Amino acid sequence: VAVTSDRQRAPIYEGTRIPQPIPTMLRVSQELRETGDVMTVNFGPNHPSTHGVLRLIVDLFGEDVVGLEAVVGYLHTGFEKNMEQKTWWKAITYSPRIDYLSFQNNELVFVLAAEKLLAMEVPEKAQWMRTCLCELNRIHSHLVWLATAALELGAISMFWYCFRERETVLDLFELVAGFRMHTRYFQVGGLAEDIPRGFFPEAHKFVDWFPHALDDYEAMLSRNRIWLERTEGIGLLSADDAIALGQSGPVLRASGVDWDLRKVEPYLAYGTVDFDVPVYPQGDVYARFRVHMDEMLQSNRIVAQCLDRLEAMEGQPWTSDDRKVVLPPREELHTSMESLIHHFKIVTEGYRVPEGEVYVAVESPRGELACYVASDGGPRPWRVKFRAPSFAALEATATCMSDALIADMIAIVGSLDTVMGEVDR
Amino acid sequence: VPALVETVEEHGETTLVVDPARVVEAAMHLRDVEGFNFLSDITAADYLGWGKHGVSGYIGTAAGRDLNTPMTQGYQSLPKPKPKRFAVNYHLLSVSERPRRVRLQVWLDDGEPVPTVVPVWPTADWHEREAFDLMGITFSGHPNLKRILLDDDWEGHPLRKDYPIGGEPVRFSEAE
Repeated sequence: VAVTSDRQRAPIYEGTRIPQPIPTMLRVSQELRETGDVMTVNFGPNHPSTHGVLRLIVDLFGEDVVGLEAVVGYLHTGFEKNMEQKTWWKAITYSPRIDYLSFQNNELVFVLAAEKLLAMEVPEKAQWMRTCLCELNRIHSHLVWLATAALELGAISMFWYCFRERETVLDLFELVAGFRMHTRYFQVGGLAEDIPRGFFPEAHKFVDWFPHALDDYEAMLSRNRIWLERTEGIGLLSADDAIALGQSGPVLRASGVDWDLRKVEPYLAYGTVDFDVPVYPQGDVYARFRVHMDEMLQSNRIVAQCLDRLEAMEGQPWTSDDRKVVLPPREELHTSMESLIHHFKIVTEGYRVPEGEVYVAVESPRGELACYVASDGGPRPWRVKFRAPSFAALEATATCMSDALIADMIAIVGSLDTVMGEVDR
Repeated sequence: VPALVETVEEHGETTLVVDPARVVEAAMHLRDVEGFNFLSDITAADYLGWGKHGVSGYIGTAAGRDLNTPMTQGYQSLPKPKPKRFAVNYHLLSVSERPRRVRLQVWLDDGEPVPTVVPVWPTADWHEREAFDLMGITFSGHPNLKRILLDDDWEGHPLRKDYPIGGEPVRFSEAE
């Protein structure tokens, strides 16, 4: 846990200022309204700095934000309803599209939920590969966040630098799964394919290079006077408020709460790998920036450890051998009648998942990403619900924005790291 | 836990079923006494038509062949019946030295309201609005209960099982 600072940072905000009675909305007081100087501005939904299609209805008194309401739903696509209509193995395709920046984590949480209902054992190699890809995905997601959040505040060169490394990560995904985004590489039981031969040298190149790239970013932003002025001491959120408002992930850790599901409820191989959880107590936009920066370095450490383990697992199984759930190897279809039948049944009818309901949570780049699934014992999920960390993060907008200026709004909304696809689902 | 109806342990998860009228009392107890300070999610589920597909070995349903489930020949066994049509699940987490999760569950009929938990966990605001919007659950006492994801003038609640799926009806020019 690295809390180091050589400069005097903004004081830690401790009080509560969740608006009442509606916790997610700032409302203009009657006396202020009567002055006649309150101007209502519609911000979005189509605006380059809203990270998608977020609409904010802002009441301004001069440059002060005195009223705020976030309006979401412009990207609602009915993922959950769609997934109820598909068989379990087809529904996996939908989950990465919900949060289009952390697709592997979304895939993972749905697959883990199905595996929990099936009480399935997943081979070690698949666990480590999942860990490896989820961490690469975290780096990818944080890079896009850093690039766009800095771009919105005018630091345009950050965008090019971050997208340089993002490109490399996407190349790795393409190498593994054949797709750059929405890879659908995880499936119930393990992985969809074995790890391709060329993956390790390329991944090592990235892991060795990435700390140097991080140094570039640090050099550009961490001591940048304009960046510090724009981010320090604004968008304050205390630890109590953050928990009451359901904040998770980098936002919660930037408010001084040492909470990371990878540590407190270890899943996959996270119990075995060595990494630190960065926590900063200030609760401002700068602290959220620091958490993101430090997490990328930690993720890089995890990827390096995963690669070492995976290289030693050459030839081990990458998916479960449960033929009632996992597709048989392709070559067996030509020689084994039984494999052909299994293949046909799984593809056409789908596998059955035992009756029950489970709630599985993982630490996505944006925080607590959870999936609730209910099954009636049939081949399709009865109910699928995603707990989207971005959805909860936007609930904190009103609290973070009290006493803020209109110019800070971009920095604050950006720092909450929301992906609108996930908010609206 | 006050108002407890039933405790279910399944798949390694604990579900506390409580009386919907006294859900706030139970929530307060869980937050202040048991330490579940973090409301992770509120999920509403519709169980209309639960277990109506018949069991394996019989092709189709009592009403005839089920065209909506191609290749499905029913369940291996019938699922356990549910007490009422809707379930509202509150997924709680304790952000503390002793992390643990619990599911608080209430059962409702169509149109039956459940008291809001916004005063207990402020984050419930949007989660309850979402359940209202997509599933039509009424949370009495909610300060701002209106649609969140869909348009304000949308009709129906899409995640209900009786909401029609499928596209817009297409009219072919020759048929007219």
